[in-house]
Amino acid sequence: MTDKISRETIRNEAIDPDFVDSIVDAGADRLRTCIQCGTCSSVCPSGRRTAFRTRELMRKALLGLKDEVLSSPDLWLCATCLTCLERCPRQIKVTDAIIIMRNMAVEEGHMLPEHRKSSKKLLETGHAVPINAANLEKRKNLGLKEIPPTTHSSKKALADVQKIMKRTGFKKLITEDKEEN
Amino acid sequence: MAPKSFYHFLGCIIPHRYPSIESAVKLVFKDLGLGLLDMEGATCCPAPGVFGSFDRVTWATIAARNLTIAEAGGHPITTGCNGCFASLWDANHELKHDDELRDAVNENLAVIDREFKGTIEVWHYVDALYQLAGLDKIREKVTRPFDGVRMALHPGCHWMRPKLIKQKDDSERPRIFRELCETSGATYVPYKDELICCGAGGAVRTADVKIALEFTKQKFDSLLEAGGADVIVTPCPFCELQLDLGQVEIQKHFDEEYTFDVMHVVELLALAFGHEPDEFGLATHLQYMQRKSTPAWEKLGIKVEES
Repeated sequence: MTDKISRETIRNEAIDPDFVDSIVDAGADRLRTCIQCGTCSSVCPSGRRTAFRTRELMRKALLGLKDEVLSSPDLWLCATCLTCLERCPRQIKVTDAIIIMRNMAVEEGHMLPEHRKSSKKLLETGHAVPINAANLEKRKNLGLKEIPPTTHSSKKALADVQKIMKRTGFKKLITEDKEEN
Repeated sequence: MAPKSFYHFLGCIIPHRYPSIESAVKLVFKDLGLGLLDMEGATCCPAPGVFGSFDRVTWATIAARNLTIAEAGGHPITTGCNGCFASLWDANHELKHDDELRDAVNENLAVIDREFKGTIEVWHYVDALYQLAGLDKIREKVTRPFDGVRMALHPGCHWMRPKLIKQKDDSERPRIFRELCETSGATYVPYKDELICCGAGGAVRTADVKIALEFTKQKFDSLLEAGGADVIVTPCPFCELQLDLGQVEIQKHFDEEYTFDVMHVVELLALAFGHEPDEFGLATHLQYMQRKSTPAWEKLGIKVEES
């Protein structure tokens, strides 16, 4: 007998029972107490205009759908405004959970090319938004130090922060093109 | 004893895109008797929603390196950016409370002969102005009140959220930023979407600028429904970039024209304290540079010599 219901069966292989533990251990307290009320989605300014659904993401995390969650570009649509966290009736650290999952996604090689570019800027200059010619000119006209007293004016400081990024593995994380989205 | 001098954490957007904020804060802090010290060798904070999303330990270590520069000199840090504040305040807080993270970070810092000790505090300009200078002293300095100017606010997110951790203001009904801005004499204009994010945060602007701009458009439309405003004031340069340059980008991507003047709170106060716009370069905002336009001086009640 056949029916016309379109079923979306979640297979056992898709479920990683340790996924939620790893998120909680990394600091997203009370994630298991989620009652799927949807407050997070309803206050989300990103969800208002994109397919990003915070409640769905929390549910998938609880189910252990690790690969699906980590490979989804939607994970990157949260603006981290913290409104969901402020309003969650269970006081779940929703935004923390999202950041933790993003860390895991990057570790698995899921990183948007634009984000890789920003990371390379940080690695090369010590700044995500480095100085440019137009602003050197503006600074000069305003009587400010043309080159600000940041890593832009200290080779030692830049070398130090680059050392940190090499040591933590960040340099490898962003320069190794494991798997583009 | 309350500090009188701060290490001035510049970050990226203030010195590299909106240096007028850097000039304005120097004027305002000087007028109020607050010192700003250069923080030699500081890096990107690093952006919390961006680099914090990629690798928490790297984020915390680079933030901690910035904190150690201030620890060595024994003064607290002040920053005029919600994002930098989120990185430095949060990292400082987490490193003081999470031994495991602190150990990991200090092992990394040992490679460059630094150690996070947890001896200083991080202040937003808003905190320094509100708590240290105080509203009364600020009001005394106002010589050019913005009488009759309609002022909308965009407090942004990370200066006050999460409220249970930051414990400064009720982020659902904030009043501190409003009270500070009202010292300028401008009239506060409430609008429905005052508290929504500008759209730039969390690596969204980098990932997809059009989605980020849709947040901004929602904010502008909500403000227009409330009757519009002569100026939008924010405590954050990244929000300022999104609201200011964002208008040029909205025109490009959506073919809709908005013409709001946007100021950082220290730019508003510099003007209210009687400084001329040229003294700190108000007209260098990216919106004016790219549109080849000027601030709506008349609406702001500021007389300028036409050059």
